[in-house]
Amino acid sequence: MRLITHNMLQCHVKGCTTNNFPLQIQDAELETLEAEFNPGFVQRLIPKLHWGALYHTAVSLGIEDLPEQMPEEVTEDLLRAIHKVALETRVKEGKAVCLGCGHVYPISNGIPNMLLQDNEV
Amino acid sequence: MSSRPEHTAPPEIFYNETEAAKYTTNTRVISIQNDMSYRALELLALPEDKACYLLDIGCGSGLSGEVLEEEGHVWVGLDISKSMLDVAADRGVEGDLFEHDIGQGLGFRPGTFDGAISISVVQWLCNADKQSHNPYKRLSRFFTTLYTCLARGARAVFQFYPESPAQIEMIVSSAMKSGFTGGLVVDYPNSTKAKKFFLCLFAGYAGESGKAPELPKAL
Ligand SMILES: [Zn+2]
Repeated sequence: MRLITHNMLQCHVKGCTTNNFPLQIQDAELETLEAEFNPGFVQRLIPKLHWGALYHTAVSLGIEDLPEQMPEEVTEDLLRAIHKVALETRVKEGKAVCLGCGHVYPISNGIPNMLLQDNEV
Repeated sequence: MSSRPEHTAPPEIFYNETEAAKYTTNTRVISIQNDMSYRALELLALPEDKACYLLDIGCGSGLSGEVLEEEGHVWVGLDISKSMLDVAADRGVEGDLFEHDIGQGLGFRPGTFDGAISISVVQWLCNADKQSHNPYKRLSRFFTTLYTCLARGARAVFQFYPESPAQIEMIVSSAMKSGFTGGLVVDYPNSTKAKKFFLCLFAGYAGESGKAPELPKAL
């Protein structure tokens, strides 16, 4: 899972509506996979990003490439930094934990398990 | 005995390792999947030359996702079969893969995706594989949460294999009740072999015209 997709993902357990985003990544093993830099794509992505969640998730994973506040001026350096963090950094192993309801989504081989129990749907 | 896979076992059982391997080695299967993925992408009618953030619902071993990445898009794939997803991961597809039962609803933030495709999947939702499964509720939960996570004006295109007119009605009416507009596009309707069903859904409309988009023409 790339961090861009983590930034879009919220807990979907029935009734879990507060504090269900972002999921906290724990015990993470990260990998970096190079991806082609497409400035237009990153630019269009910015309005969809939750900057605070991206920044704090990155910091919790030891990644310090982003400014804490989203700068007003979008430079190529900024687009490249977002590209590197959101599109090239992946969680290979670990878990994503909902701080609202405590549900744990395990991640193995890069694949989060989103399956819920019947009573969670 | 029925030959329809959705009648033999639930998808996470049916698409085991043997079946998953077929989806990467059988050239006929690959070529059909490829054609349907390109057609679904065409029906999405994305803005030209713009990389988009797309959802692949029931991505399996990643054949349809590879079509999306060849066209320059960034994609996220969902599938209930871990065997199929592991094949996709081992083949090194670029998309993000999630083990997910779409009948439980999608967990993405509102307006996330610029479009969604789905190849040969949605008919599975009409089954009740477990006592707790209510197909109507599962379809409704799926379409409602899909609508939410699509950007306004985005489309979702589902190629599927309906087994009866009643099943088409069940799927289409659930989608419409969830807020989508659009409808069915049937390619090659007079050929039993080539006939293909595509459900084309519009999640609201972008732009100022205030007009609902027209359904694309069938082949
Ligand atoms: Zn939760």
